[in-house]
Amino acid sequence: METPVESMSVNGLDALEIPTLSPRALIWRRFRRHKMAMAGICILVFLVLYSVVGAFFVSESYANYTDTSKRLQPPSAEHPFGTDTVGRDILARTIYGGQISLLIGLFAVLVETVVGVLIGAIAGYYGGPIDSILMRFTEAMFNIPQLFLLLVMAKFFGGKIPTIQLFGRTFSGSVIVIILILGLTSWMYLARIVRADFLSLKEREFILAARTIGTSNLAIIFQHILPNSMAPIIVSATLGVANAILSEAYISFLGLGVRPPTATWGNMLDGAYNYIETAPWLWIFPGSLIVLTVLSINFVGDGLRDALDPRTLTQ
Amino acid sequence: MATLLEVRDLTTRFHTLDGVVHAVNGISYTLEEGQTLGIVGESGCGKSASVLSVMRLIPEPPGKIAAGQVIYRGQDLLKLNESQMQHIRGKEIAMVFQDPMTSLNPVLTIGRQISEALIVHMGMTQKQAYQRTLELLNMVGIPQADSRYGDYPHQFSGGMRQRVMIAMALACMPSILIADEPTTALDVTIQAQIIDLVKTLRDRLGMAVIWITHDLGIIAGLAEKVIVMYAGFIVERGDVDDIYDDPRHPYTLALLKSLPRVDRSSKERLATIPGLPPDLLSLPPGCPFAPRCAYVIERCRQENPRLEIVDSHHEIACWVDVGTGRER
Repeated sequence: METPVESMSVNGLDALEIPTLSPRALIWRRFRRHKMAMAGICILVFLVLYSVVGAFFVSESYANYTDTSKRLQPPSAEHPFGTDTVGRDILARTIYGGQISLLIGLFAVLVETVVGVLIGAIAGYYGGPIDSILMRFTEAMFNIPQLFLLLVMAKFFGGKIPTIQLFGRTFSGSVIVIILILGLTSWMYLARIVRADFLSLKEREFILAARTIGTSNLAIIFQHILPNSMAPIIVSATLGVANAILSEAYISFLGLGVRPPTATWGNMLDGAYNYIETAPWLWIFPGSLIVLTVLSINFVGDGLRDALDPRTLTQ
Repeated sequence: MATLLEVRDLTTRFHTLDGVVHAVNGISYTLEEGQTLGIVGESGCGKSASVLSVMRLIPEPPGKIAAGQVIYRGQDLLKLNESQMQHIRGKEIAMVFQDPMTSLNPVLTIGRQISEALIVHMGMTQKQAYQRTLELLNMVGIPQADSRYGDYPHQFSGGMRQRVMIAMALACMPSILIADEPTTALDVTIQAQIIDLVKTLRDRLGMAVIWITHDLGIIAGLAEKVIVMYAGFIVERGDVDDIYDDPRHPYTLALLKSLPRVDRSSKERLATIPGLPPDLLSLPPGCPFAPRCAYVIERCRQENPRLEIVDSHHEIACWVDVGTGRER
């Protein structure tokens, strides 16, 4: 029989219990300690504001307005970042180019993550012949040099997708092409990580426990296992944004990326190499923005990796 | 009482790279409504494999249910497809595992994990499932259920987690609860609490329980029928009193002797069973217990005895009469 004294002491103990932090609070606390990652976040916020808020001060038509009589002007009060080879204002173009570059980074990673997670999860969970087929396909994709794939696909799809109107703005069809190309050529690494994670997680006892209550395979994959492998996926996706921005710069520099007049930080570099010494403002501004973005994303990725995995040693 | 579950000649094998592991070798038993069945044996005797076969949760490959029938309320579970089986699991037959530290998903709240079965099987809305989950948490003795609903498994102690597991298993009021050594990973005082909890809930909900353990001491106060398993075979079966008062199989005898008893002097050494259970990859032709048996006779090494009735409700698989030490 339970006496009143006993029940009181039980309640007393419960009241004394120290509230434990939720997993999210713990991750945030660890992330905050990572100084470089916090600096990275600040710079990224600044860059996003730069390209979003900046658009309120200059119009897109101004960014795309050519005036060959004012070509290759060095930075001045009228054109703080100078003008390019056809006389467009570089400051305005870095603002609108930033929007496109960041957009490409984010959406390419979205494509990459969806494809990579799906293939990795299905291969890892079902195993057997399904796993073999999907992994051989992944390896085949791995073995084709990415640059090759990028160039061939850019050439193949280039101009086939029409320009679209969204939120009152015009997006060149080449933006969508680039997003798809970047996403579809970079999912392999993530697929492997996810597969490896699923292979070990599906053997865990809590998955067996979930099956004993009649949970379906799809629910087990997406609701029980996937949340457990979010850490590597988030880190990979973060670093993937940096990679996508770099790759976009890469193919745009080779002239196969987003078509002008739509600006991106990458295609602003196209043609700048003829003026590396004579007009350095052509590449210094978009180039620095790319480097700054990629660096800060990588720092954030590092910070997330440490914060999400408590086993990594932090200083 | 009506028969709820009938297992006939269940045989489960694992086809590994080293060869075929004979985990369960043609076992049969019945379970009646509201009855508690204890399955006893050392580690690696096929206890877990036999109940996982009933739930159709043996990983295939490498595992395979090679033969037998599992008749639950008139239908053979071994003939159902995966999606039909998902309606049985959790709704009709539920299971609690040994280690509550690893059986709960660390990234999902316990409320989410308990309410899942309610949403899957009972077609409840989130809100109904939430209410029901609170009732379940209260039922298994977790205080302040509403504030603990959103907590993660790491915020619970081992005993509390096992209570959560029980709430999960009982969410849809199954007719059979399979408890696979649910108290082995807990300390002794918590063990007693969990056993009491299962007993209380069994009586209140009128469900049948299959309790797997290697501890004969637990079974005594819990089960009505006991099965003793060795090397994937049933070696003795009977009412709980028969097994304790009149064990007929040398293995059961040895298990009982190795239990510590309060009425024996503490200076006495506890009896042990020499050797290890046989390698299920290569079973000897005779009785699998023969190499460790104190009563072994020549016939034991040649022929594996079948389960035979010795008394009403009492069956053993042994050539020897342990009373006289001679062949029966």
